[in-house]
Amino acid sequence: MRSALKNTAVVAAAFAGLTVATSSGAHAEDLTLCWAAWDPANALIELSHDFEAKSGNVMHYEFVPWTSFADRMLNELNSGGKLCDLMIGDSQWIGGAAENGQYVKLNDFFDKEGIKMEDFIPATVVGYAEWPKNTPNYWAMPAFGDVVGWTYRKDWFSRPELQAEFKQKYGHDLAIPKNWDELTQIAEFFQGRVIDSKTVYGAAIYTERGSEGITMGAMNALYSYGFEYENPKKPYELEGFVNSPGAVAGLEEYKKLYKCCTPPGHSDAYMTEDVDAYKSGQVALQMNFTFTWPGINADANVGGDKSGYFPNPAGPNGIQFAQLGGQGISVVAASSKQSAALDYIKWFGQPEIQQKWWKLGGYSALRKVVEDPGFASSQPYAKPFLDSMAIVKDFWAEPSYASLLQATQKRFHNYVVADQGTAKEALDGLVKDWTEIFKDDGKY
Amino acid sequence: MLQSQIDRIARATPPALAARVRGLSDRAIAWLFVAPSILLLLAINIFPLIWTIRLSFTNYRVNRPNQALEFIGLQNYTRILTDSDIWLSMQATAHFLIWTIALQVLIGFSLAYLINKKFRGNNLWTTIIVLPMMLSPAVVGNFWTFLYQPQIGLFNYAVSFVSGISPSSFSMIGSTTLAPWAIVIVDTWMWTPFVMLICLAGLRSIPTSIYEAAECDRASNWRQFWTITFPMVLPFLMLAVLFRGIENFKMFDLVVQLTGGGPGSITELTSINLKRAAFEQWRTGYASAYAVILFVTVFGLASIYVKALNKVKQR
Repeated sequence: MRSALKNTAVVAAAFAGLTVATSSGAHAEDLTLCWAAWDPANALIELSHDFEAKSGNVMHYEFVPWTSFADRMLNELNSGGKLCDLMIGDSQWIGGAAENGQYVKLNDFFDKEGIKMEDFIPATVVGYAEWPKNTPNYWAMPAFGDVVGWTYRKDWFSRPELQAEFKQKYGHDLAIPKNWDELTQIAEFFQGRVIDSKTVYGAAIYTERGSEGITMGAMNALYSYGFEYENPKKPYELEGFVNSPGAVAGLEEYKKLYKCCTPPGHSDAYMTEDVDAYKSGQVALQMNFTFTWPGINADANVGGDKSGYFPNPAGPNGIQFAQLGGQGISVVAASSKQSAALDYIKWFGQPEIQQKWWKLGGYSALRKVVEDPGFASSQPYAKPFLDSMAIVKDFWAEPSYASLLQATQKRFHNYVVADQGTAKEALDGLVKDWTEIFKDDGKY
Repeated sequence: MLQSQIDRIARATPPALAARVRGLSDRAIAWLFVAPSILLLLAINIFPLIWTIRLSFTNYRVNRPNQALEFIGLQNYTRILTDSDIWLSMQATAHFLIWTIALQVLIGFSLAYLINKKFRGNNLWTTIIVLPMMLSPAVVGNFWTFLYQPQIGLFNYAVSFVSGISPSSFSMIGSTTLAPWAIVIVDTWMWTPFVMLICLAGLRSIPTSIYEAAECDRASNWRQFWTITFPMVLPFLMLAVLFRGIENFKMFDLVVQLTGGGPGSITELTSINLKRAAFEQWRTGYASAYAVILFVTVFGLASIYVKALNKVKQR
């Protein structure tokens, strides 16, 4: 009798287990999210445990290092690959991905779920979600706000003997630079100086040739000096805007900073190299995307009170812009699990999840998070981040963005690092290259 | 035993199949056996080549599936051959090719000549010398960027030790003058052992009796080298040059890791340039034309070279 009861219980338990497994298995999906391999990606894994627990879906990740991220992921999108269900793609991909049907258009989904783009920082909506720009056609939800900004050695800046020497030399305080001129002066001041028995250098800036580094760096100087991508009144008219006198002066300023004030061998540096130079105590200033700031703040060598943060400085005429980074999250059109992928986006967009995202080190683009009264004081870099996000400008997001980018990389590196030609020649050449690309695209 | 097994297989073969096979000629059976290999070759070599040639006459872009495919004649070819940047890239490739081959042949042959002498630890030295060519080019490129680092790089310190110049005063991969040499040095370091091994095979294939006869004739070492050693090793040396030439013409990984084609475009070899056009700018038609031009160049040069090699062998 006892044995019969036991058997019955075992069968019942097995049946119940099978039923539960079958019912959850009917909806559970294995979702793959593709992004770059960097610190925020680890934070996202942590964050997504909540989604897995709530939805029953299992998350997988494909993270690729930044220098090959675009190559790898655009290859995946162009080949109609099914590896990624969700893509946190670069802002510049949006035009190509939208026009070539590689991302799912999210307007209906947003309407159905009550997700409003007005709830996000406006610059991130334009930069990460819209195509064509400034039209209500959404292909992504802003996922990670990012912008190029600067880090400085607060502890060095506060040394009385350095402050006195700096003031005597330049006639103003050694403090956060108000413009590019002051930034270069500070870098010059620290270049080759011995601090704590160690030779230090002025600034770690972007000079990388292979992917997008030098463009993402030099554009910060160009924007603040008056560079425009095109005639604001006549799209794709480049002459006089790309190579305006201001743009030429901006490029010259960037080269000046590279030549005078970077560490030896800094000719092919991007995010990682800049962070390394800064964390190892080699440089007084560091240009980098704001995603690096939480890591710097927590660093044992340069973190805490030793470092400060500031937005990209203005140019000589007070114009102030910074290069937009960051990404939106999209559903890949080739995915067969679009419904579960949309569930992920819906979950990710919730204010409490976005709040948690910020706490874990992800830069939320949700206004409810960043406009919270406590946000600016929540971290030492929170306010500079907000200030930076208010002055962003982005590179072309056209379907031909890769060709436009490669031409820029070549022209800028040739001038800044390889000393070939003048800034005017570099920008005139860029006008020629871009015009040719747009002609091929049928824009003229 | 074998016979019985054959009988067993023959009995197991269905009569219909056996009849069909019996009806085939030897030639047909031979074709039957080589057909899978030929089909595979056609599928993965010949078809892509033909397809590439076809695409080279179009404006096709793989990232624009919705764009209409247009035949644009020789436009891609004209554009490439009149592009001054492409010619600069060709010049960079020629510099790299000529110097790497010259240095590798010189050092490789010298090392082989030394290693061929009997001395203690000969095998150990051979093993140590061939180590670099066993490494992955990407790894080699990566660690040489550290060796070339002006502040911590061993290479800069070695140069500083010999010349007295400050190590941080020059950057091998950041200077337009030094970067083309930086890639030549690394490739030479990595691939000289390969040339050495081929030369060593050549040196060891020379019968000792020839040297003995030369010694009987009182030929000097110098004369023995120029009349016996060098001519007999020459076909091997030429083969090594052919292999290295073809390899370095399509050099990509090592240089990308080292310089990324920079500074500017000083070390942007044709393969890097081609990869950028094909997989970064997605100009598939244009890149196909570029690939065809490079293929014809390598194929043409290699054919001329192989003819010369055969003449040397026949001598």
